Amino acid sequence: MAEAPPLRFRVPEPLARPGEQPDFSYVQISDPGAVQRPDVAAASAELRDLSYSLICVLGDDGVAVGQWAPEIRAEALIVGLRAMMTTRAYDARMLRAQRQGKTSFYIASTGEEAIAVGQALELGQRDMFFPTYRQQGWLVARGWPLVQMMCQVFSNEQDRLRGRQMPIMYSAKDVGFFSISGNLGTQYIQAVGWAMASAIKGDTAIASGVVGEGATAEADFHHALTFASTYDAPVILNVVNNQWAISSFQGIAGGEGPSFAARAIGYGIPGLRVDGNDYLAVVAATRWAAERARSNHGPTVIEWVTYRAAAHSTSDDPSKYRPKDEWKSWPLGDPIDRLQRHLIASGAWSHEQHADLHADIERLVLEAAKEAESYGTLLDGRVASSKSIFDDVFEVMPPHLRRQQRELEG
Amino acid sequence: MTDRKLSYAGAFNEAVRQAMEADGNVFAAGEDIGAFGGVFGTYAGLQATFGVDRVVDTPISEQAIVGLGIGAAVTGLRPIVDLMFMDFVCVAMDQIVNQAAKLKYMFGGSATLPLTITTAAGAGLSAAAQHSQSLEALLCHIPGLKVVYPSNPYDMKGLMTACIREDNPTVMIKHKRLLGMNGIVPEENYEIALGAAHIARSGKDVTVIAYGRMLNESLTAAKTLAADGIECEVVDLRTLQPLDTASIVASVKRTNHVVVVHEAVRFGGLGAEIAAQIQEEAFDYLDAPVMRVAAPFSPVPFSPALEQHYVPDALSIATGIRAVLERSPVGR
Ligand SMILES: Cc1ncc(C[n+]2csc(CCOP(=O)(O)OP(=O)(O)O)c2C)c(N)n1
Repeated sequence: MAEAPPLRFRVPEPLARPGEQPDFSYVQISDPGAVQRPDVAAASAELRDLSYSLICVLGDDGVAVGQWAPEIRAEALIVGLRAMMTTRAYDARMLRAQRQGKTSFYIASTGEEAIAVGQALELGQRDMFFPTYRQQGWLVARGWPLVQMMCQVFSNEQDRLRGRQMPIMYSAKDVGFFSISGNLGTQYIQAVGWAMASAIKGDTAIASGVVGEGATAEADFHHALTFASTYDAPVILNVVNNQWAISSFQGIAGGEGPSFAARAIGYGIPGLRVDGNDYLAVVAATRWAAERARSNHGPTVIEWVTYRAAAHSTSDDPSKYRPKDEWKSWPLGDPIDRLQRHLIASGAWSHEQHADLHADIERLVLEAAKEAESYGTLLDGRVASSKSIFDDVFEVMPPHLRRQQRELEG
Repeated sequence: MTDRKLSYAGAFNEAVRQAMEADGNVFAAGEDIGAFGGVFGTYAGLQATFGVDRVVDTPISEQAIVGLGIGAAVTGLRPIVDLMFMDFVCVAMDQIVNQAAKLKYMFGGSATLPLTITTAAGAGLSAAAQHSQSLEALLCHIPGLKVVYPSNPYDMKGLMTACIREDNPTVMIKHKRLLGMNGIVPEENYEIALGAAHIARSGKDVTVIAYGRMLNESLTAAKTLAADGIECEVVDLRTLQPLDTASIVASVKRTNHVVVVHEAVRFGGLGAEIAAQIQEEAFDYLDAPVMRVAAPFSPVPFSPALEQHYVPDALSIATGIRAVLERSPVGR
């Protein structure tokens, strides 16, 4: 027998580091319209191909093609466009506020707005979304007041969470938005639990949970898939593959192997791999998965292929680990541009209308920021009373906390 | 002998670098520690020197990171595994508590775990409830783990070196607010023994026991009180488990008054254990009850305005010290 070689292990490396040419040759892309749309009742074993192809509806010419092209009115698409543009403008304004010291931390969703916005507008009013910190588009699309979001970002007098929660970790029960966790992944299995509770109650509402591709390494991801598959829970399990997890490229989460969508196959769950920058594909895939869940055919995993155009957060410096302007080479483009092109190609929209909408949004976001700032920012220290430290630790404040609260008041 | 200034983060980095140079069995693994050098920069430049397979970027899975470290440590390697924030210790608790801490015992002594877990703790950066915690008491409660918490760059280098050379699993806790603290740090390698406290300032009136960032706040408080003629003896625990009870008791016998300070919540914190040990071993020497200055019993709030009320500081420590002395029948 030949002598065995010394063993090795392999550490995945991104194709391009700072100073090098961006290289997205690893991203497998299907032609728009090329992927078949199966019946929502299809057995998961028949759906394996969907984990390796890319569901994409919009071609370069902006025309929607193929079986996945959803039936959707132009007015509804314009609502989505507006929400994506508002989210982007909101992010830009808040990043600026952070630089000015009005808040200490911010996370932008630039380049991946279509996913949260598309889900917000496609899912039902009573469905529940279990977001990550990059899904603010849901709140914007559901018409949650920008001023309220900003008040939390500024941690001011009007902050509903009274200075206790991170600036970007919103929660809004009234629009089906669960609280965001700073510790990754926890929301995924909670979404499954929520969906099972809905079934226990005999209700019709479903849940949709989100993780980033990086966080699929956490056990929570695997727990959620195991439970969802065991109980055929009425839930959509989204993986936002934006290629980067802080400084780690998607290969560090195992992305060089089978797709993230294909993780579902081993659990007997259908896994769709979808162009996350194609608003129509987002609507179509969400609709398919929601129908499947609502008709008791069980969970769906959806990998949204997108790109994190922004820094991870305001504490991050991407120039240390990826080529500058890598996003400009991203093969799936920009979700706002692509939807705009589609609407114009279909005759429902014009460049002038787009420019007007843009100006309108800029004005609204600025007005909201002015109002929110009038209630205070981190710069002027107009914040909730320090007494509130002890509120909501327990349902009813126990005596030893009441005592500490009195001591703090002095 | 060359003494130059280095930051707390730099001292940590140098300890790791020198250990990796000296011993091919040492390697590091953790989230974002490679090209990025760790989100706090504590692993900066190490991957460039030692390569991607000795400074390993891992998937985001804390229990896997610690489990990987355990698997590698039992083979005789000396892994350093990083948990970005101390809050994530909770995600890895099964591997830390039920595995790392107990394997030697459960293997009848035949397994050795030279594993170092490094993490960043503490409030003061507006990072809110899930990224600001001080959870050292949870770890100190577990037989089998050593827990280390340096208060300055010099100690950081010596203690981190000791952790890497230690044959038991250790947890090295870095305080986030100390990362930029500068101090004299010798270039050559040195070790500070685990399990030994250090008298950071001598005084005859009151013993102030602290560690990590609170040690520095306590020194500031001691300086202010000195102006009023109150002489504080400030004890830096350096290692929280095993606790250097002998040094604590010796100091208490000299001063007869004690204040224990920590940033973790007061209830069930290290201060409770220290107070209990003092009353067991030096009760007759106490002129006043042991005072604890610590955080209130709530999660850490985000807003700097709230957080500033939450975290103890030199002022609240000085107030605590005065209160103990006022309580004392002999005064000072
Ligand atoms: C349990 C836990 N581990 C690590 C972190 C630190 N962390 C915050 S965001 C992040 C990257 C997450 O990447 P991904 O899941 O891909 O989401 P993205 O940020 O790209 O949207 C890491 C490692 C954390 N917050 N929680």
